[in-house]
Amino acid sequence: MTTDSEAADTGRRWHDMGGDPAGEINRDEHDYALWEKRVDALMVIATGKKYFTVDGLRRVLEDMGPEAFETMTYYERWIHSVTQNLMEAGVFTPGELGDKMAEVAARGQTYGEASLGD
Amino acid sequence: MATDTKTPALPVGAPVRLKKMAPPGHVRCPWYLRGKSGVIERDLGLTGNPEMLAYGGKTREIRLYRVRFRMQDIWGDAAEPASDTLDAEIFENWLEPTNAS
Repeated sequence: MTTDSEAADTGRRWHDMGGDPAGEINRDEHDYALWEKRVDALMVIATGKKYFTVDGLRRVLEDMGPEAFETMTYYERWIHSVTQNLMEAGVFTPGELGDKMAEVAARGQTYGEASLGD
Repeated sequence: MATDTKTPALPVGAPVRLKKMAPPGHVRCPWYLRGKSGVIERDLGLTGNPEMLAYGGKTREIRLYRVRFRMQDIWGDAAEPASDTLDAEIFENWLEPTNAS
């Protein structure tokens, strides 16, 4: 890319890939699952209530590292970051989240049961 | 450069260089532009500092500029055509004035 030596790349973070070869771009369109739309909506609500900003979302996504980028889907990474930011903002604690997750899991195995039918 | 001034410290056309530093944490300066030189294309006013907002900190406003680079200055001989330019929006904390463009 540039005349910079590899040594000069010390400190470059994994996500900062502008200018690197990227290969083919997948231009296929796809639908979003309901849960993905809900993650997006949660981000809108949380930032609307000023619990955190898109900058905080990005910060946690970057800190998750390249492994997460390779192994998790887009909205899986988002919900991880949204959750982290909401806990940092004091909206809920990890323990409270654990209680809620157990409560939802106890409703049933299907998406409809767990979602209270809404 | 002060961060609380109401007038831009850097006028349009001023030659600048982007700091070539690599602090840990969430920063808003792309790697491929660090250490590169350009000129101020326009002042975009004061805005919240994303490098503070990312950590939930109190917002201290910071000035955002649009900086114009020559593609050749970024990519060297790989730039085609070399006369093309690239604009990037860069916060003032990443800019240092230079004497030559």
